[in-house]
This record gives sequence, C-alpha cells and structure tokens, in this order.
Amino acid sequence: MSNTVDNVVLSVQNISKRYAGIQALDNVSIDFKEGETHALVGENGAGKSTLIKIISGAEIPDSGRLVFKDQTFEKLSPHLAQCIGIATIYQEFNLFPTLSVAENIFMGDEILSNERKYIYNKKYYIEKAKKVLESMKININPVELIENMTTAKMQLVEIAKAIAKNSKILIMDEPTAPLSTKETEDLFELIGRLKQQGVTIIYISHRLDELYQIADRVTVMRDGKKIITTKIEDITRQELIYHMTNRKVEEIEFESTWEKGDVAFEAQGLCGNGLKDISFKVRRGEILGIGGLLGAGRTELARIIFGADKAESGKILVHGKQVEIKSPKDAVFFGIAYVPEDRKHHGAILSLPINWNITLPILKRISNKGFLKKKEENAIVDNLKRSLRIKAASMSQNVESLSGGNQQKVVLAKWLASKASILILDEPTRGVDVGAKQEIYNLIADIAKQGKAVILISSDMGELLNISDRLMVLREKRIVGFLEKNEFSQNRVLAMASGVY
Amino acid sequence: MKLKLANFFKQYAIVAVLIALVIIFSILSPAFFTIKNAMNILRQIAVMSIVVVGFTFVLLGGGLDLSVGSQIAIMNVSIALMIENLGVNPILAIIIGIAMTTAIGLFNGYMISKTEIPPLIATLAMMTALRGLAFIFTKGYPIYGVPESLKFIGQGNIFNLIPVPAVITAAVIAFGIILLNKTYLGRHFYALGSNAEATRLAGINVHFTRTTTYTLLGFLTCIAGLVMLTRVGSGQPKIADGFEMNVLAACVLGGVSVNGGKGTIPGAIIGAIIIGVLNNGLSIIGANDYWQKVITGIVLFTVVVFDSISRKRRRS
Repeated sequence: MSNTVDNVVLSVQNISKRYAGIQALDNVSIDFKEGETHALVGENGAGKSTLIKIISGAEIPDSGRLVFKDQTFEKLSPHLAQCIGIATIYQEFNLFPTLSVAENIFMGDEILSNERKYIYNKKYYIEKAKKVLESMKININPVELIENMTTAKMQLVEIAKAIAKNSKILIMDEPTAPLSTKETEDLFELIGRLKQQGVTIIYISHRLDELYQIADRVTVMRDGKKIITTKIEDITRQELIYHMTNRKVEEIEFESTWEKGDVAFEAQGLCGNGLKDISFKVRRGEILGIGGLLGAGRTELARIIFGADKAESGKILVHGKQVEIKSPKDAVFFGIAYVPEDRKHHGAILSLPINWNITLPILKRISNKGFLKKKEENAIVDNLKRSLRIKAASMSQNVESLSGGNQQKVVLAKWLASKASILILDEPTRGVDVGAKQEIYNLIADIAKQGKAVILISSDMGELLNISDRLMVLREKRIVGFLEKNEFSQNRVLAMASGVY
Repeated sequence: MKLKLANFFKQYAIVAVLIALVIIFSILSPAFFTIKNAMNILRQIAVMSIVVVGFTFVLLGGGLDLSVGSQIAIMNVSIALMIENLGVNPILAIIIGIAMTTAIGLFNGYMISKTEIPPLIATLAMMTALRGLAFIFTKGYPIYGVPESLKFIGQGNIFNLIPVPAVITAAVIAFGIILLNKTYLGRHFYALGSNAEATRLAGINVHFTRTTTYTLLGFLTCIAGLVMLTRVGSGQPKIADGFEMNVLAACVLGGVSVNGGKGTIPGAIIGAIIIGVLNNGLSIIGANDYWQKVITGIVLFTVVVFDSISRKRRRS
C-alpha cells in the first residue's frame, strides 16, 4: 500500500472558468493522490465550489483538462463523473426521504445491475445494502426510512451510496457542519477506513482546526486561483488564514471589559419541547454561551424562549417583569430577538430584497396609519449597512445573491433595527468564512457592549469558549451546570456535555 | 434599481404579447380596433380584474382560492331572493350579501391558516358546496326582481362613454397597488408567501396576514359580484361558472407566482386584459366558444413555458 500513496488519481490541469464577467477559476492545477484526504480551503467566492462542480461534472470548464487515472477529459457530465468513480456529497443531501436506506443506496442502479430486469427485487437490494454497510462498519438498518433518521445517519447513507458505486474519489462539502462532536469523531474514523481502501477524499471545510485532525494535504484557494498546496503539517493555522484572506486577520482574544448590568432575562423552571426544568439568568452586557452536544436541547430552548414552540410550564422574566410569550410576535414585543441556526430557511427570506428583510420586524413601527414611511426605512437600512459593513451593490438586491457572511449580517441587522435588548444567536457563524467570522464576533461584542444580553449557541467549541462570558452546559434537555470564564476549558465542557463529568 | 429594471422587462415581454394580439385581431377584423369595442372589452374584463386584484393578494401570500365563482353565485342568488321573496330593501339586501360573502373569504382564510389544509382542497370543497347551495336556493331557476335603479352599477356609462364597472375597477386597481407598495400589510403579504416560517420568526402574526388576504379577496369578489348582478339583472345559480380558472390564468399570465411571494398588480391586470382581448377578438372573428377555450389554453401554456425558460437562462 505504501507506494500507492503517491499515485496521482486525479489531476486537474489548467482549469479556467468565467461566469458573467467574473473569473471564478483562473488556471488552476491540482493533483489528488490515491488514498489521501485533500482539504480544499478558501473564503466564500474563492472558487472551491466551482472547482468541485467541474470535477463532479455539474459545470463545464472554459479551458483545461481533467486527467482521471489514464483518461483525459475536456469536460465531464454528472453521469460520466459517477461512472468513472467520482462521488460528491453536498451539504444538502440527495436522498429520497420517503424511501428506505437500501432503495436510496441503489437508486438508479436497479435496471443496470438486476438480473431480473425491470422487476424490483426488494430482498436482493436489502441484502446488498447490508453488505455495503457492513463493509464500512456502519450500523444502520437498510429498511429504515430516510425521513426517520438523524442528519448524521443520512450522511452515512450518502457515503454508502458512493461506496456502493465503487467510487474512487469522494468529495465532501462541509461534512461536519451538522454533526455533533461524537458524530464527527465517528465520521473521521470512517474516513480513515476509506483511505485505507484507497479512496481519495476531497474535503471542504471552514473549520480549520479539524483539518489538522483529518487532512493529509491542503490546497488554499483565493479569488479563483490556487495559492498553495502543501502537507498539512508544514503549515500553521495563522499561515492558512493569511493565504486565504491575503491579510493578517487578527483572531481576537475576547476580553469583555465592559460593565455587566442588571439581570435582563431570567428563565424559571422552563419545561416543554422535551426540556426539563431550565432556570438561568442573563445580565445586560453579558454573553451567555450554551454548550452541549447535538440534541442536547439548545435550539429547543431558544425556540421556547422566543415563542416559536410552546412552553409547557415555567416563567420568563424580562427586565425583572414576568411576561407571557405565546408566539414570536410576543417575544419581539418584549425585545427578544432570535437568529435561527437555519439561516436560509428561517433566518432570512432569500428571495426578497435586503432592505425588506431588515425592516420586516419593524414595519408597523415605521408606518403611519398603515402607510410605510419609506424615508425612515431607507435611513435605518443605510445606517445598518454602514455599521455592519454589509457588502452589497444595492440594498434592493435579493438576499440570496449575498455570501453566507453577508446574509448573516442581514439577519443580525434585522434584529438590531428592532432594538431588541435580548438576542439569542443560534450558530451565528455557520457556513461563514474566516474573515467574516471575525467581523461577526466583533458585532456580537458591540451588541453586548451596548448593554444588550446575548445568549449564544454554538457547536464551534473555540468560538463558544472565546466569546462567552459564562457558559451553561446542557445534556439530554437538562442543565448540567454553569462555568465561569476562569473555569473554561474544552475538556471540561465536553465532559459535562457527554456525561462523564 | 436593478430589480425594477428586470421587472419592467419581464412585464414588457407580456405587454409585447398583448400588442401582438391586438395587431393580429385588427388585421383579421375591422370591427376590432374601435373605441366602441375597446369599451366592450373594458366592460367584459372589469369584473374579472376586480377579482384578479384580490386573487393576487392571496397568491402573493402563498394561497389559492377556487371558490370565487361560487361566492359570486351564492351572493347573487341570496340578494335576489331577499329582494324578491322576502321583500327586503334592495340596499340592505346588498349590504347583507356583501357581509356574507366577505365572511366566506374570512372563513376560508381562517380555516386554511389554522388547520393547514392545502388551500386547493379547502377552497375546492367550498366551491362545490356553495355552488350546490345556490342551486338548492333557486331550484335551478334565475331569480328576477333586481330593481332598475341598481342597474346603473352594471350597465351605466359616465359621460355616455366610460362604463361604470370600469371606473369601479380602476378604483380597485389603485387600491391594490397602494396596498402592496405603500403599506406594511402589503409587505407582509410578500414576506408570508416567500417564506412563511421566517415571517413568523420575524414576529409577524402570520394567521392574521393570511386570513386578511382571503378576506380581502372575499370582499373584492363581492364588488365584482354586485357588478355582475346588476348587469344581468337577475340572480343566476349558474353565473360565473369556471370564473376562478380565468382569474387564475390572468394572474399567472401576468407573472404572479402560484408559489407565492412574487408578482404585481399591474402585471396581473395585463394578464386579465390579454384574456379579455383573446375572448373578444376570437368572438369578433367568429371563432366559437370551444375554440376560444382551446386558444386561451395554448396562450397560457406558451407564456408560462417562455417565462420558465427565460428564468432558467437568467439563473445560469
């Protein structure tokens, strides 16, 4: 096996691609070796996705070649790419929710590989799926329906689908984004086993820390160009960020020196949505981090506080006064804001303009007898555009045309416009690139500095430990405990969250 | 600015279709391109346009209402029956009829919003039941007795030229444009139809907003129904049969998305004019009713296919 490690399995040669006047890829050449995990990093718009699309056949390059083993291709089609053994696992899975695992794994192959042509042989595929899953040491029942599965398991089915097709190259786009710490470890183990079988993994991630755990080599892209390809151990995190952004991004150590005020928010014995007896306080100017594994009840808690789901019992006090929150409308009325984890479906309305998104919660307030005061609206939007540095040609362009970081800024702007005094931020930097991440951290700090209370939910441990003033850890829908800043450590949080504490 | 320009061109394409139809019919028949015929067309599409405005609200909010034709029927026979059989004052009868039909719209909206039944099914049931009731109330016969004095609404002209229904329609269109562009409620319609959950999470009462779209449609349907009643002069259980499909076709032709959140009143009205011109032009050149249906279907299909193709091209 050792000498196969240096075999180049896929060679991307001098690929260029222009879209509508923008050079998305500029003469990019990369070699991918057999059995390696090759990380691809860069900010949004660096050209990673375009490159992936070309390798998987979804896009046709303007010039350049792809050499897969001994075959040279000017272009690929999705079908051809699959046939020669290139599989892609996108963030949004290509699975059929109402069908079983086995049916999903072999979808499209039935007619080709079945001796009894045109007649679907259920048993045969269940057996076949079982074998594939066993070979990968994945513990999933092949007759289970996709819609009943967790995100992590769906991802495993996607991988099984690729392996069943004998794929030699597996492209994974941000695979750990929806996973908990434990699930991430399981995924990494699986990737290790696939590598031993000679599968090449092309791995895209915004989480630089995990690259050092999983990647063999890394390629940095910026503005459509390849900047560098190197062994992961030969490059530091700082250097990676420098190559990605072409500027020194200071990863600011957070020190919240500002005053903490009175208690702004208090929950007493909150139950509902599976949660049991949740009591905590957040003070003005304080950032309370909520830690826990996936499914620990963090988002559920946020949704109850915001009135998006119903509380069964318990009290909520805002600035010392008990309030009744039955719907998001009530929550907004009492000055609570919620930035949901699913930005694209719950946070922003992608198909509407930026300015409409920003003023959505305050339209009534900026209206006179039902008529919008457009001047006031424009003034508010312009102000927030400047203070949040939202990068957009025009505020009347649709939110979907923005990068992830700028989309998130629009969602934040919406709640800053509403002058909310309590902000719940659920995964505020998911899918946001390094430079924009820092900007969002600074924004969160500014918000707290203004005397607002911030409740921060994040699966990014570094972020959670860095920004929070205090931590509350949840496990199985209950509070395990609180940590003060001087008690913060990754191991401690993980131990509390997983119950070995 | 960019957004407005794109919208303009999209509407421009549909305007081109309209101009092309006018030119074709003018060549085929000298009777088509006259002021008298233009007023005819106005009269014919006035009723439809009033409902199109309300229908646009509902479609924008992500809904659908198939019961508008039946709403008109039940309202018309009820008013006629009240006047003829119960001796109710005509004005009072009209007010009761309007209140009743607006309440049907409110009921539609409330039920759809609270129970999350697909609007297609909920309003299909409403459409069928109301139509049945209209026949039961009248035993299938038209009810006469609408007083002459009211016929001005449906048949009169201002300055002996402009039909009264056209004036009412213009007022309704102005109302629709102002509501959608100048008020927060209009903005809420767009938000609701674009992404209901995100709208709810922005602290907006989506039940109220959704119910309002259906209630407004119910109310505007009454206005249209009143024009029809006073034009026909009798309450007919068969009236406005299949009307909902014409209204839906007009909206879709005019670029209002059936998936919600996209569309404008001017666009939808141009859609209504196209349908009006098609029906009028085809009957002037002597095509029978059946061919009118066939050709309307073909035009609708063609426009929607072109729209879909051009959108795909713009995306890539």
